[in-house]
Amino acid sequence: MFSYILKRILATIPVMAIVAVFVFLLLRLTPGDPAAILAGDAATPAQLERIRDRLGLNDPLHIQFFTWIGQMLHGDLGTSLISSTPVAGMIGDRIGPTISIAIMTIIISVLLAVPMGVIAAWRHRTWVDFLVMSFSVLGFSVPVFVIGYILIQIFAIELRWVPVQGYAPLSDGIGPFMTRAILPSLTLATIYVALIARMTRASMLEVLGEDYVRTARAKGVRENVVLFRHALRNAAVPILTIIGTGFALLISGVVVTESVFNIPGIGRLTVDAILARDYPVIQAMILFTAGIYVFVNLIVDVSYSFFDPRIRY
Amino acid sequence: MQLSSRDFSNAHRVLKIRGLKVGLTGRPNAAAVLNGIDLDIRAGETHCLVGESGSGKSVTSLAVMGLLPKGALEVQGGAIDVEGFEITTATHSQMRELRARRIAMIFQEPMTALNPVLRVGEQIEEVLNMHTDLSQAEAKKRTLDIMEQVHLPDVERIYKSYPHQLSGGQRQRIMIAMALVLDPHLLIADEPTTALDVTTQLQILKLIAEMQERKGTALLFITHDMGVVAEIADTVSVMQNGRIVEKAPIRELLTDPKEDYTKKLLTAVPNLAPRPARAPASAKEVLEVQDLEMVYGGGGFLKRSGGVTAAQDVSFAIAPGRTLGIVGESGSGKSTVARCIIRLIDPTGGRVNVAGTDISTLSRRQLQPHRKHLQIVFQDPYRSLNPRWTVARSLCEGPINFGTSKAEAMEHAAELMELVDLPRDALKRYPHQFSGGQRQRIAIARAVAMKPDLLIADEAVSALDVSVQAQVLDLLDDVQERFGIAMLFITHDLRVAAQICDEVLVMQKGRVVEHGPAGDVLQNPHDPYTRNLIEAAPGRQWDFANFRALGTSPLNEGAPA
Repeated sequence: MFSYILKRILATIPVMAIVAVFVFLLLRLTPGDPAAILAGDAATPAQLERIRDRLGLNDPLHIQFFTWIGQMLHGDLGTSLISSTPVAGMIGDRIGPTISIAIMTIIISVLLAVPMGVIAAWRHRTWVDFLVMSFSVLGFSVPVFVIGYILIQIFAIELRWVPVQGYAPLSDGIGPFMTRAILPSLTLATIYVALIARMTRASMLEVLGEDYVRTARAKGVRENVVLFRHALRNAAVPILTIIGTGFALLISGVVVTESVFNIPGIGRLTVDAILARDYPVIQAMILFTAGIYVFVNLIVDVSYSFFDPRIRY
Repeated sequence: MQLSSRDFSNAHRVLKIRGLKVGLTGRPNAAAVLNGIDLDIRAGETHCLVGESGSGKSVTSLAVMGLLPKGALEVQGGAIDVEGFEITTATHSQMRELRARRIAMIFQEPMTALNPVLRVGEQIEEVLNMHTDLSQAEAKKRTLDIMEQVHLPDVERIYKSYPHQLSGGQRQRIMIAMALVLDPHLLIADEPTTALDVTTQLQILKLIAEMQERKGTALLFITHDMGVVAEIADTVSVMQNGRIVEKAPIRELLTDPKEDYTKKLLTAVPNLAPRPARAPASAKEVLEVQDLEMVYGGGGFLKRSGGVTAAQDVSFAIAPGRTLGIVGESGSGKSTVARCIIRLIDPTGGRVNVAGTDISTLSRRQLQPHRKHLQIVFQDPYRSLNPRWTVARSLCEGPINFGTSKAEAMEHAAELMELVDLPRDALKRYPHQFSGGQRQRIAIARAVAMKPDLLIADEAVSALDVSVQAQVLDLLDDVQERFGIAMLFITHDLRVAAQICDEVLVMQKGRVVEHGPAGDVLQNPHDPYTRNLIEAAPGRQWDFANFRALGTSPLNEGAPA
């Protein structure tokens, strides 16, 4: 088990290295002189030379790469061209809201979607199944911002249960945090509920036809135990895959929701950086997002072996 | 042969089925799946339900368990009475209470019948947790106790194991322990030994008999294997098309069957006495295998590992018109040898000479012209034919690859349909439109279409009912005679081997333990392993086709064997 986890961790190194090379070349291969891009239109030749020197652009390419990697490994992600603050700090400030909302979204999605999928599979081809599947289609097809605005209209403007927009960190207390995080999380959750419920249903339908489910019933096991102890654990692997991918997508793809609810997260940080051509920030964000994907995949892979003892490499 | 002659007329009746009708859900007018089943089993009695696939044996057992597939089958009439309790009208929770306490069931495939993600100890214990108020410690103690009763070794370790860590026989012991932990009065066993090797089968049959004896359980045993029936049954019901056509005590059924269908079933059981060997069609051997070796794994990237030896020092030769059988239990390496010869896998050592050329080391490209000399028929005709291709396309693909024109290939395909006794218009149909036996005929026709010198049959009749099995074996014989093909026949079934092989080679753990003419090996085995295999064959002392014990003359028929 331990050696399996160690192997998986070691296997992430080449993946991250390839991403790093790509990100490094992204800036170096951009048409034109990176120093000119960085310095802006009004720079003098002397200023350009200073920037080149500071960025090490006069060194051979491989030296530049190792210098850059060295900085990255020491946690120095560079400095923003716009605000002149360290990029690491900028991400640090923005990651809290994004992660909190992503976690809450996943929790809501799993709590709703897994039972929905299980019951739909159990009551296959009945009105319950039909209802769950209809909701699933709806969840996929309505755009996120539409759901966001509808929820704001109902819960913030009509019912006045929660504020319209904004964000409060968990350190401000559970109440303020929840009232502000609940609507964005629900908004984001719709598509994931649809996705996870669908996957759970499909996976459960397959497992419910297995011999060991019949054995469990032949033992006189209660139906809820048959479903959740015997069947769901066997159906877990594809569901976990979807949840893992979903979580990683949430970290990198929450731009729209963060805009609708005016949340200072990394989605907006990325969009702002792209609009302002703030290259160090863009570079850092790509690396960071890749890191999140690799990390989440690692967690998912390791969790497979927890649910299915046959997967112990 | 010791047939059971126990009398149960004074024992109390555990199961009473009267006029049971099962049909498709919501379609009472469609043809019934079960049509008026009557059945009684008394405490301590073993009642065997025999019949071919689709006869309704398993449906009967599922109806008794109240486990008919929801939305597909339903009870449409009749009564099932278990010790005074009516099953057909029971509620879900009543049924749940009844299961495991009064009625328990063992299924065919112990790998899939156990939950792969739960420890086997937990799975047995779950029965106790559901139905009793035992404390956790008491439940565990009782679980370990029943595991000892079914003769599992090292119960503390096995308690914590997952199903995939156990052997097939151990898994079936776990299933039996799980079924019997609450001392049910009725045990239903649905083909519980069909997926096991003969020697394991014998042990499991003994175990079931021992447990039944000790607990006085009534046993409903479902099987298609007449040999098993002869070993264990007190009473037998023969099923056909959802009806019980004949019901009799075992001795009466085997010696004096009344119904034609029963006679047909019994005469289809292959005889263990081998056929006389035939002369080769020519002296020149088609296939010559020398010191074949197959080692899986080994090497390894960081550290060298030993690898698994699947076959070692295997040598034999086959002449045209002759059949060599390779017999052995699962894991003996018999299929590995077949796959090496046809180069589905690459052997790690030795030589495979086909018509004088060693093909064991040829590259894929060099191998191509030799492919047509070797053809194979697989075990499962449901998976070996492409479901999206018509029969014609499957049959013509090979010859066209070797340069035959399409028209010619089609003509030949039509002739082959006649040879395998299928109508010509079968060519335009798809595999799912045929029965298992018909599909295996198509698979044989596909192989023969290539005009091979050697036909490999890898468990080619194992998935078929006995009567169909006999027809397919006849067909293989016919094909061989007509074209003078040499045949390599891989099987685990000694009865089948006796019917078709001229020569037999017995494998164990990747090695050849015995090799000789079929008559010598099967009737006068020298190796202890071969002897074990033959002695484990169920019903081997009974001559089913002649309704008498082997070695007795028709005159003293009926006398105790």
